[in-house]
Amino acid sequence: MTLTLGHFLSLGAMLFALSVVGIFLNRRNLIVLLMAIELMLLAVNTNFVAFSYYLHDMHGQIFVFFILTVAAAESAIGLAILVLLFRNKSSINVDELNSLKG
Amino acid sequence: MSVTTGLFYLFSTILLVAAFRVITARNPVHAVLFLVLAFVQASMLWMLLKAEFLSIALVLVYVGAVMVLFLFVVMMIDVNMEGLREGFWNHFPLAALVGVVIVLEMSAVLMGGFRISEDLSGKAINAAGAVQTSNTKEIGLLMYRHYLYPLEVATAILLVGMIAAIALTLRARKNTKYVQPGSQVKVKSQDRMTVLKMAATKPAVEPVAAAANGETKA
Repeated sequence: MTLTLGHFLSLGAMLFALSVVGIFLNRRNLIVLLMAIELMLLAVNTNFVAFSYYLHDMHGQIFVFFILTVAAAESAIGLAILVLLFRNKSSINVDELNSLKG
Repeated sequence: MSVTTGLFYLFSTILLVAAFRVITARNPVHAVLFLVLAFVQASMLWMLLKAEFLSIALVLVYVGAVMVLFLFVVMMIDVNMEGLREGFWNHFPLAALVGVVIVLEMSAVLMGGFRISEDLSGKAINAAGAVQTSNTKEIGLLMYRHYLYPLEVATAILLVGMIAAIALTLRARKNTKYVQPGSQVKVKSQDRMTVLKMAATKPAVEPVAAAANGETKA
């Protein structure tokens, strides 16, 4: 039994579903929410790399490179906002983020 | 079942277990460490897919920089996990339902529709007579020939991210003493120093008369 593209895509789907479950479960904890988003991006990147390998198209790997760039910037800004939030509220509970309620 | 298939199942099992521990760990430091494990397993999987450059970049850049940043932040702030985990399992039935639906639907579609195996495509590429070069070289050629403009945009995004992160977390102290460069530049020489005209010598007070008076009194 050889590996097919479907194996890698199914793995990506499982990883993505686990991240979705993580977002549901850790709905209050901002740090774990950021980590679940990182896992989602990892699942998507795995799909890109698998397609790139099986279809012999290098453009997919270039796309993964750009996703990694954007994800790094995103997590840096997200963590900066997290630190700022903790400094102002002494908590990272998402439920307490209601200052913009209008 | 070849070695590659066995490695695939090994890596993906560890990856899924690590991802599960990330979302259920009680201690956020443990969650970050399991996230590192998950990323390393994913990089091994990419290595199986012959994407060496991205695999090494994932370990160096992601595990080396971003995860360490996560670890710093998690250790820097003092999280009260008990309050955050209140009602943790209340949402579990709904979450599990959504997750299982996603996995079943996608697996049904993917395993049915994407049966491309390595051998067929490998033969195809050999028939085409493609020259095998290194993965890094191919990525470099493609990136600097076809994707130069997106690359510049990506660098701009990284710069914006850096500036935003610094500007958000920079805390200027209110009570520091500092010079204002504007007023320093604006100052003229007249403001710094005034020249007073003074006579070179003062006329001496006559001490002789007083002394003479004292002498006469004595």
